[in-house]
Amino acid sequence: MLDKAIKGSKLYWWWLFILFGAIGTGFLAYLYQFTHGLGETGMSRDISWGIYISQLTYLVGVAASGVMLVLPYYLHNHKAFGKITILGEFMAVGAVFMCLMFVLVDLGQPMRMFNLVLHPSPNSVLFWDAVVLNVYMGLNLVIGWMVLQCEKKGDVVPKWVKVLIYISIPWAFSIHTVTAFLYAGLPGRHFWLTAIMAARFLASAFAAGPAILLLIMLALRKASSFHVAWDTLKGLAKIITYAMIANVFFFLLEVFTAFYSGIPGHQETFYYLFTGLSHHGHWYGQLVPAMWVSLILMFTTIVLLVVPQWRNSEKVLPVTLVILVAATWIDKGLGLVIGGFIPNPLNEITEYAVTLPEILITIGVYGMGALVVTLLYKIAIGVREELENKPRIIGAAEHAAHGHAH
Amino acid sequence: MSATRREFLKIAGIAAAAGAAATPAFASFIPGNILWPRGESKRDEAYTAKRWAMVIDLAKLDQKVVETVREACHAAHNVPDFLKVAGMGAGEAKRSEIKWIWPAKYESAFPNDMNEHMSANVTQRPVLVMCNHCDNPSCVRVCPTKATFQRADGLVLMDYHRCIGCRFCMAACPYGSRSFNWYDPRDAKDPKTLVGGRAVDPGFPTRTKGVVEKCNFCAERLARGEAPACVAACKNNEMVFGDLSDPESPARRLLRERYSVRRKPEMGTGPQVYYVI
Repeated sequence: MLDKAIKGSKLYWWWLFILFGAIGTGFLAYLYQFTHGLGETGMSRDISWGIYISQLTYLVGVAASGVMLVLPYYLHNHKAFGKITILGEFMAVGAVFMCLMFVLVDLGQPMRMFNLVLHPSPNSVLFWDAVVLNVYMGLNLVIGWMVLQCEKKGDVVPKWVKVLIYISIPWAFSIHTVTAFLYAGLPGRHFWLTAIMAARFLASAFAAGPAILLLIMLALRKASSFHVAWDTLKGLAKIITYAMIANVFFFLLEVFTAFYSGIPGHQETFYYLFTGLSHHGHWYGQLVPAMWVSLILMFTTIVLLVVPQWRNSEKVLPVTLVILVAATWIDKGLGLVIGGFIPNPLNEITEYAVTLPEILITIGVYGMGALVVTLLYKIAIGVREELENKPRIIGAAEHAAHGHAH
Repeated sequence: MSATRREFLKIAGIAAAAGAAATPAFASFIPGNILWPRGESKRDEAYTAKRWAMVIDLAKLDQKVVETVREACHAAHNVPDFLKVAGMGAGEAKRSEIKWIWPAKYESAFPNDMNEHMSANVTQRPVLVMCNHCDNPSCVRVCPTKATFQRADGLVLMDYHRCIGCRFCMAACPYGSRSFNWYDPRDAKDPKTLVGGRAVDPGFPTRTKGVVEKCNFCAERLARGEAPACVAACKNNEMVFGDLSDPESPARRLLRERYSVRRKPEMGTGPQVYYVI
């Protein structure tokens, strides 16, 4: 099946070229960071995690969201999703791969990363996060690959693969729960110290992840032979709607607890994010505009998703989803991690400004993830095309022309 | 005050006698709970305790004391000084700073203990903050490689060669006591000099970029039979170090006699740096 990845149209090769460009640039930026130290990032003694760990957090959600296709199909026999579960599984592989890369580029001593394995520490949530992420990536790769192979050969999916599929469903929930525990179990970080963190993570993940998948499927409809029925996409849009409402609801619960209790520690980060904080005659509020944009966009997407005419419109839905991805990214990929560090444990404020090397490395990692997803999707779509062409009796010339196009 | 002075003389006497006798059997009677008012209390074998703790007398701290203490600690542990780097912007220097012990404002050290109309004598004095060597350290709990660990005598220590630089411990510490080497702490051109111009003390390892570090309660000096550098630098018992398990230790006596506070005890970490007011 691998051969499918090296045969493609001009568009396909251009896309790979762009991805390799992003990866190459990111790699050079990483060499720079590796040589000079993480001081080349915007992180500091006070904001000790920045955009890398933020992306890890966001992408764990994207990875987990593959389950929103797998679960309805395998547990509820929702047949419409049968054709697209493979896309969810392969996107999960790419997303987890990016998560691992983001951890790697964030390490001060990446050469020592195997200390995680050499000195396993079950008391550390990071240890468990590494375990669940790696297993989840393996599960999805094996499941996706095996199902595709069986499809190709016309075989029945073996029982052990079915077992893995059923394991992968709770496992998807586990990866985002454990990632939430990275934050939710730390004393002295009030913004993160909340029992609803895992649930909120899952809600935003099940909104943003399927939204990205749906956008990819819409793009595939244009750029490839892979046509997902609009009705199937409409089903996915409903899941996104519920998840997005839950996400905003959970956020409002946080706001209530912080402000009705009136406990300053619980309020300060909210103030920093939404009004800015004054400290020693200086106003700090770098993220305020972005957070308001995120909040307004979140409510906008809910309106656009709840009203059936807009949700079911092929014109409106893609715009809604782009807005949704942007809104949840600001919330989780920017505000959550960085905001949690402000104010610092000594009630002082240091802000975070992302640097150019950091941006280039981040784009490079996204490039790597996109490459993984592209190659896997190319193989999956290639196999499907072959199957669709097989039973039909077509002229040799037509067959050649069709094969050439892809 | 006079009590602690007497205590010192008594202990110094015992220590001198022990040194003279120099038999292992006798040496075991030397209390490990020694109070060090000066740096000269040195002995030939390691100081040990069941539970090391620090008591800091806030009433005695002033700008001069805290600067002396910080300098003594940072010199003893090869801590670079990014604030002194020419050409580095103030913002970047502050972001890259390494701090083992440093003066903080009262409101920063004790954000939950600020009352209206408090005595300026309390709120305006510098507070020395450092690693609290917690009983229940959250940094140790979260470390994925056991690079930071807790010793039986309570010291929370770091293995700089095992640390992968994930900085989970920095997020977990509710005291901001941990620093990360964002850059190489050693001068790029001269390996015998640290960033900021201080000469490297070969008696303590320098660190590499990409690892976390913090106060170690001078584990290396205790092992040599020396007082912690900060305590040794104090001229007037501003900092008292001792074995909390011994009710007769000067540290315990100070806690018995004076009102004490700790930083954020509500976090459940069990901080072992006490402040007497």
